[in-house]
Amino acid sequence: MQPSLESPRLSLARRESLWAYAFIAPWTIGFIIFTIGPMLASLFFSFTEYDIVSAPKWIGLRNYINLIHDQLFWHSLGVTFKYAVIALPLGLVVSYMIAVLLNQKISGINIWRTVYFVPSVIAGVAVALLWGRIFDPKFGILNPFLAQFGIKGPGWLSDPQWAVPALVIMSLWSVGGNVIIYLAGLQGVPTDLYDAAKVDGATAWQRFRHVTLPMTTPVIFYNLILGLIGTFQYFTEVYVLTNGSGNPARATLFYNLYLYQNAFKYFHMGYASTMAWVLFIIVLGITLLIFRSSDTWVYYEGQLRGR
Amino acid sequence: MTHMTKSRWRSNPFPRWFAGISGQTLLFKSITTLVLAAGAGIIMIPFLYLLSTSVKDRDQLRQSPPLLIPIAATTVEINGQDEPLYQVTVDGQSREMALIKNRPGGKGLFIDPATPDQTHELVIAQQTPLRHLEIHWENYPEALRQMKFNKLLINTLLVTFLGMAGMLFSCSLVAYGFSRFRAPWLNVLFILLLSTIMLPSQVRLLPTYVLFNKLGWVDTLLPLIVPQFFANAYDVFLLRQFFMTIPLELDDAAKIDGASPLQILAYIILPQARPALIAVAIFHFLYAWNDFYEPLIYLHSPEHWTLAVGLQTFNALYAVNTNYIMAASVVMILPPIILYFLAQRIFTQGVVFTGIKG
Repeated sequence: MQPSLESPRLSLARRESLWAYAFIAPWTIGFIIFTIGPMLASLFFSFTEYDIVSAPKWIGLRNYINLIHDQLFWHSLGVTFKYAVIALPLGLVVSYMIAVLLNQKISGINIWRTVYFVPSVIAGVAVALLWGRIFDPKFGILNPFLAQFGIKGPGWLSDPQWAVPALVIMSLWSVGGNVIIYLAGLQGVPTDLYDAAKVDGATAWQRFRHVTLPMTTPVIFYNLILGLIGTFQYFTEVYVLTNGSGNPARATLFYNLYLYQNAFKYFHMGYASTMAWVLFIIVLGITLLIFRSSDTWVYYEGQLRGR
Repeated sequence: MTHMTKSRWRSNPFPRWFAGISGQTLLFKSITTLVLAAGAGIIMIPFLYLLSTSVKDRDQLRQSPPLLIPIAATTVEINGQDEPLYQVTVDGQSREMALIKNRPGGKGLFIDPATPDQTHELVIAQQTPLRHLEIHWENYPEALRQMKFNKLLINTLLVTFLGMAGMLFSCSLVAYGFSRFRAPWLNVLFILLLSTIMLPSQVRLLPTYVLFNKLGWVDTLLPLIVPQFFANAYDVFLLRQFFMTIPLELDDAAKIDGASPLQILAYIILPQARPALIAVAIFHFLYAWNDFYEPLIYLHSPEHWTLAVGLQTFNALYAVNTNYIMAASVVMILPPIILYFLAQRIFTQGVVFTGIKG
């Protein structure tokens, strides 16, 4: 007879563990079906030729070799990195500055906060469509606005040079999510640290540089890591704005878009799986680098107690 | 004494609540407010543009540069033709006249609609064209009809709320398991759970698609709903963090009364954790409502599309009808914005909870 959870023959500790495993079972099962299983399967697919209809055919390392010789692979990786290198630091700095401003004691601050957070709740297709229209050289509002300052605006999304910068501008509009997290970090800085700095005669800038900034590095770190992962998943905006093409002149062929095209347009599931695993390894590598570097620049309050 | 206070009051040009604020702080606060206002303007202008574009007709859409307020040239019918109306100055008198013909040298023929026989030749650039506010609300029902909004809405609501039910159910159980019990390997499993947050979704996406394809679920809503019943790292983490703040004494008291762990979850933990449950429910709503990638790959036929996919296709097919597309976009962003205003506190607290406590 199987001992049931209520059986008196089970020790208290045993029973507790069984309850724990039972409660987390939905996740454990899901983890096997939707995470570990698919990860292993896609690793397997990456060594095969597979179009969903017929069975996967083992081709060894050929997908990986083809990938190295695929110019579009390198190109899409380049587009993604270019976007990451501009959008990520810019987004982190801009949202940090907004958070610092929103952390001031000014009347009506809650109204400002509300305004700044709104764009972050509506990310998606509608926002992309709106910005597509804003960037339109003829009917959009951006170029006439720039013209007021004597700047002749580029073709933005129709200009290969300016398509990625346009996407960066668009991403800056919805930094609100980052701002909320920074704001919480800023509010978590103990006020007695500021008081102590003031007593020591520190200027506002010195207080920011030596108290605020170090105390909020964990939050910067958090936003950096999640921003990095988000960048490599970048898809919706560019799909909507280019109808899935990555044009003009493939200037917006992001890695994830090229992966999507391979998987769901050409049904090269094997090749797309190879791309997915290469992406996984790249992201893992960069994340680990950032984690290792974090010792030198991320400051945890716990360290204070250790000293 | 009274005299002194009076004179001191007079010497201070600022109202009393400014007392104690130094000039420097005041300057700093003013600059901050100005910068914030400028930024808020930049954020609001796209919304304004979206709204105004959504109520323009075709002629208004063709205005270049576009106007942030939906106005149109005022016209008057003369001999069966609509002619633009101008505020003109004739013989030192200001009158409303219609421009009926362009003449060389930037001039035009103007007539007063009341006395159509009398024409005036005037320099067009010196006259002001008359404009009036023209709002085409009818764009909204037309856009919604064209994109078959009702069907898309039903699909989106099904995906959102069935998924939400699954998420709340499974994540509550899992978070409870991770917050209230001791068991070998439980910590390792929890770290494993957290690490899935950092996993790029692509690496598991394709085989999952293959799996759903084998099950015959592709082109149904099931692949978007069923996985929600298997919990996810974000929401489990947020709920678990919240459950940890609920005093253990409550559990113990219930245990003494003979309550089973399931009963403790249902009658003690969940009622206490209402704010956290509302927060994850809101996040799930926003996620499911805005999600595009998975609906795009799983839903092929139009009758199964969600709003996100439907709106994208609507744009791909009828990009010229920008007014309809913007109208549909307004409708699509309205529920998240309303929800955000209703539950702003819970929303920001939830973000903070997942964001910081890690």
